[in-house]
Amino acid sequence: MNIDSIKNGFVIDHIDSGKGMIIYEKLELNKLDCQVAIITNAKSKKKGKKDIIKIDKKIDLNIDTIAFINPDATINVVEDDKIVEKKKLTLPETIVNVATCKNPRCITSIERDLDQVFILTDKEKNIYRCKYCESSLK
Amino acid sequence: MKHLIDIKDLSVDEIDEMIKVAKDIINHPEKYSHKCDNKILATLFFEPSTRTRLSFESAMMRLGGKVLGFSEANSSSVSKGESVSDTIRVVGYYSDIIAMRHPKEGAPYVASSNSIVPIINAGDGGHNHPTQTLTDLMTISSEKGHLDDLTIGVCGDLKFGRTVHSLINAMSRYKNIKFVLISPDELKLPDYVKSNVLDKCKIKYYETNTIEEYLPKLDILYMTRVQKERFFNEEDYKRLKDYYILTKDKLKIAKKDLCIMHPLPRVNEIATEVDSDPRAKYFEQANYGRFIRMALILKMLNIK
Repeated sequence: MNIDSIKNGFVIDHIDSGKGMIIYEKLELNKLDCQVAIITNAKSKKKGKKDIIKIDKKIDLNIDTIAFINPDATINVVEDDKIVEKKKLTLPETIVNVATCKNPRCITSIERDLDQVFILTDKEKNIYRCKYCESSLK
Repeated sequence: MKHLIDIKDLSVDEIDEMIKVAKDIINHPEKYSHKCDNKILATLFFEPSTRTRLSFESAMMRLGGKVLGFSEANSSSVSKGESVSDTIRVVGYYSDIIAMRHPKEGAPYVASSNSIVPIINAGDGGHNHPTQTLTDLMTISSEKGHLDDLTIGVCGDLKFGRTVHSLINAMSRYKNIKFVLISPDELKLPDYVKSNVLDKCKIKYYETNTIEEYLPKLDILYMTRVQKERFFNEEDYKRLKDYYILTKDKLKIAKKDLCIMHPLPRVNEIATEVDSDPRAKYFEQANYGRFIRMALILKMLNIK
């Protein structure tokens, strides 16, 4: 299967198989007017299977969202058909409107226009907690 | 501007200073009776409460201030669908300080982000209740004479009991504190409190299903009610509500200077026969609550 290489943009590589569509949706890539390719279940030496997303435009990419969903994905920055930068991801300290608090007693369940904010409270165990009710994100 | 959303918003020094002021208020009430002349406290209780609301109102009145507010969401514009942030923006124009209780966890934090006056969290769901904790610390300090070197048993609903979570948070900052966590398996202290507070502060703790096992070692026994409003399932509540009942007979093995506390309201977890035991301090505890709230209001309004 051939997918055209991109001239200027991003290749999000080494995405866990099945998480490509989640990243696609959370980044709202369907709203872009450029070419976007999503490849699922591509062969991977490291993971066996992986997903890849190619975006043929230099957009303001929300790296924190990608890092939260798939911390070991990689982001290649492409300029004039060449990879000019490989970004390694680290878990973001805060994520905003990426996940929803599941605690039915949380104020986010009723208050209008309130951002869903989670804070990384345990870096070793990758635990995020709701900024408002402190429930952990599972 | 200072808000009190979580007991951790206050340093140990600030708490100690407030306890000192509260004790001074007890000894010299006349010195404080006009400290808040021309100040207004708004008590916004989106969830019913007797003790906490009246304690706040009494505290402000004893300082010479005035009080306005509502005691249930139905009698406010919330019943028309108003958001917390809108309510707070408006009430900030009518008052100098706001004490609020809300059934949703994190509501006071949202309020503090939108308020032009100090916000005091008077309880948010099963989350935090910092002024109850201040009351508890004031009680322990007054009855035991110190806040360190104590073995504290907390008994009952340790899962949903916000007073317990806040108390553990606050007491873990003092030296040589040990906790005995007494609860049925279904109502154990959440893992995040154990890992984020007890383990982080290297506090020793023991978990047990029975009051008797560690009772002889306790300096403080903090009883709590199994709270009906925190359960989604009526059957679970009925099964667990009378799991622990403290009686005179059980107390025979306890220390002579044990301090028995309860945030109240009590249901069945402490038999009324215990009330006459000199170690029962839960009604004094409610009294201490007013004095520490007076000290808190003064601090939040920056009145010396």
